[in-house]
Amino acid sequence: MSAPTSAGAPVTIPATGFPVERFTLPNGLRVVLTPDRSAPVIAVGVVYDVGIRSEPQGRTGFAHLFEHLMFQGSENLEKLAHFRYVQASGGVFNGSTHLDYTDYYETLPSNALERALFLEADRMRRPELTEENLANQIAVVKEEIRVNVKNRPYGGFPWLLLPPVMFDTFANAHDGYGSFEDLESATVEDAESFFSTYYAPGNAVLAVGGDLDVARATELIEVHFGDVEARPVPVRPSFAEPDLTSERRAEHHDAMAPLPAVAMAWRVPDPVNDLNAYLAYVVLAEVLTDGDASRLVERLVLKDAIATSVSGYLGFMGDPFDVRDPTAFLLQAHFPPAVKSETVITAVDEELDRLANSGLQPGELSRVQARLAAHLLREVDAVLGRTLTTAVLEQQRGRAELINDLPHLLAEVTAEQVVAAAQTLRPARRALLELVPGGAQ
Amino acid sequence: MSPSHAAVNRPVPDLEEPRALPEPEVAERTLSSGLKVVAVRRGTVPLVELRLRVPFAGADDDVSVAAVLANTLLSGTSAHTNVQLAAELQTIGGGLSVGVDPDRLVVSGNTLADGLGRLLEMLNEVLTTATYPEREVRTERDRLADRIQIAFSQPAQAVRRALLRRVYGSHPYAIETPEPDQVRAIESPSLQALHAERVLPAGSVLVLVGSIDPAATLDLVERTLGDWAPTGSAHRTPPAPALTTGPLLLVDRPGSVQSSLRVALPALPRANPEYAAFQLANLIFGGYFSSRLVENIREDKGYTYSPHSSVDHSAAGSMTLVGADVATEVTAPALLEIEYELGRIATLPPTAEELEQARQYAIGTLALSVSSQAGLAGMLIALAGTGLDLNWLAEHPIRLAKVTLEEVAAAASAYLAPSGGVTVVLGDAGVVAGPLGALGAVDRS
Repeated sequence: MSAPTSAGAPVTIPATGFPVERFTLPNGLRVVLTPDRSAPVIAVGVVYDVGIRSEPQGRTGFAHLFEHLMFQGSENLEKLAHFRYVQASGGVFNGSTHLDYTDYYETLPSNALERALFLEADRMRRPELTEENLANQIAVVKEEIRVNVKNRPYGGFPWLLLPPVMFDTFANAHDGYGSFEDLESATVEDAESFFSTYYAPGNAVLAVGGDLDVARATELIEVHFGDVEARPVPVRPSFAEPDLTSERRAEHHDAMAPLPAVAMAWRVPDPVNDLNAYLAYVVLAEVLTDGDASRLVERLVLKDAIATSVSGYLGFMGDPFDVRDPTAFLLQAHFPPAVKSETVITAVDEELDRLANSGLQPGELSRVQARLAAHLLREVDAVLGRTLTTAVLEQQRGRAELINDLPHLLAEVTAEQVVAAAQTLRPARRALLELVPGGAQ
Repeated sequence: MSPSHAAVNRPVPDLEEPRALPEPEVAERTLSSGLKVVAVRRGTVPLVELRLRVPFAGADDDVSVAAVLANTLLSGTSAHTNVQLAAELQTIGGGLSVGVDPDRLVVSGNTLADGLGRLLEMLNEVLTTATYPEREVRTERDRLADRIQIAFSQPAQAVRRALLRRVYGSHPYAIETPEPDQVRAIESPSLQALHAERVLPAGSVLVLVGSIDPAATLDLVERTLGDWAPTGSAHRTPPAPALTTGPLLLVDRPGSVQSSLRVALPALPRANPEYAAFQLANLIFGGYFSSRLVENIREDKGYTYSPHSSVDHSAAGSMTLVGADVATEVTAPALLEIEYELGRIATLPPTAEELEQARQYAIGTLALSVSSQAGLAGMLIALAGTGLDLNWLAEHPIRLAKVTLEEVAAAASAYLAPSGGVTVVLGDAGVVAGPLGALGAVDRS
């Protein structure tokens, strides 16, 4: 309930209390349920523990291409049937491929729960992998890459372009959308082998959130997923790489872009095994770039007018709580052609120095923490955001409950931790990419 | 209704009985200033979403003043600088942002629920005492001009710009975004004048959705926004002109590896009695993934990643917009398929199965779209633009349930016929002009 808050009085950081239920089927499938019966809608999400980083050499873009193939028919469903059943139930669906996982999901009126479980179980059991579907989806994925990268100014900046500056191993450095050459040479056998290795039920988490009865949902999940054949679960290799010891810089010439831009990234603590230290960087990103009261926006955009936009975030795909180590803290800025990139970079360094040496201002930390709490709560208000978040938290940490705890954990980050985090963002540990616009040679 | 399959081993489960959406707790009041306030309780998370729609039709002949106003409304008040405003809002976990188009100015915001009183105080301060400080105006307008330049370089924006000009001619909807140079010329006094003349409570609607007591929230708004009471009346956008058909307009973008195809067609507004039938006709044609267009040019032919047919609703008229971004070499074949599917929907009635599937989709996704605080707030403020409200939302599923095949066929024939469309293509003209010319007349921009 709302009550007027007077000027200057800090608000208390509220929490959600979504109940979390979990169990594991004999075939290894982990299940998380988060009931909320306030609206007759549900979300169903299946997250497989395989992403861009697990792609074989010579098969860039394969995890994403395979995501497309999972929609092309399955044991009991012809091509197009999956789409039709979800939509004819009044629902929406999609899937997405990340560095460390691939998800599939639908949001539907809650009377379609059993149908949604059937659809996900059917493709977990056996997707329809054919030459025709493969050729068709290679063509579709190429158009996706054209529309998002090749035909668009700033396409892939910086998420596809900065990792190869920062990392050396194929797993961490390659283009996750894939080269056309690799995509075109993908075979049905590659797809079968990828499915058999990574899409075992024991390598997945099923999450259902929203308008559900726990006992009934449990029964339905056992009926539909119980007989998916158990298969060995692959051991996830370490993707660790040493930190940078000297600055790395690269230039990207973008013929279509009208204005220059710069992106920089630093390695951060392990988001899963060192969550406390990692959270300080999440707060730091907000201190530096969230709105007009943030340090870099105030300095670069409002005071010096040397940037048109500045943003800071964790993870190359902007995913602070669903990425594993190694990952990064990123800053990026677009700026007018008359401004030199060094001017922008120097101003960023000065602001990081100021924070590292002089600390936070009174009230600065608590207001940023309040805003962060609001951002997190907003993301979990919609049943889909809530459900997918629990799925990934369960898979990577065995801690779906973190969904309720994160606002408080972020509120416990201290000023000293934020300053200490800022002190690590030194030029010598940085990977930096300058985007040079067409004609601005 | 269910798709057929040759060898079904396991039957696809039927749907269970649907659960009704609980009746939302709502309170409404029109203040003496003319501001209409709608408060809805939706308490999943302890937040409140805020949307304020101010009528802004005919704000200026030159959209640049309105655009800069939207970007500088939060640049300072009599009591706070831009940075102080932002810091005050952060303190309650809150934020405000401003957008404008030829119909309206919308202030959007959210806050932790405990901060609603403070958010409304800050909103009142901005509405009644925004100062448009000269230095901040200069910074923001230059920044906006740069951002517009970036936007115009994006194919999706560039083709939309060409299409709006082609469709709307001299109507205000023809220009959504000003030229960078126009923006760079705006000074503080013209912003102050526009604010005094048009940022008025009369005709404005404030929507609040969240973890709130709706009735108490109305009292809070009445107390807090009491100062916002200048008089004046909102202008109306003149009715949008009917589409004038003609040759395909080809806009050159040398070196493009894709062509952006867009076809504009007429559409019905939400308040029209035939809207539900029209909405379903559009869905069956290309308005969702299980549509004919997607199955044809994506899932069968692989020409494109994201074909779509959506309806743009504005205060003075609605428009159907068909779009696909396709590889340069299949530009003409893809357009041929779009025209083929338009011709097919306009001349052959859809099947009963197609209608049921689209109907369930429309009913179900309406419920989904209003199940979050932000979704419901966004829907209510969009409806407010045409005088519709929660009643329309509650009754629309009933209208959708009643639509017949004959009504869908009639709507498709009246609004989706390819002969009534206007086509604009952005791409490498040197490569695509020839093949496109084989389909019909082509104008080069």
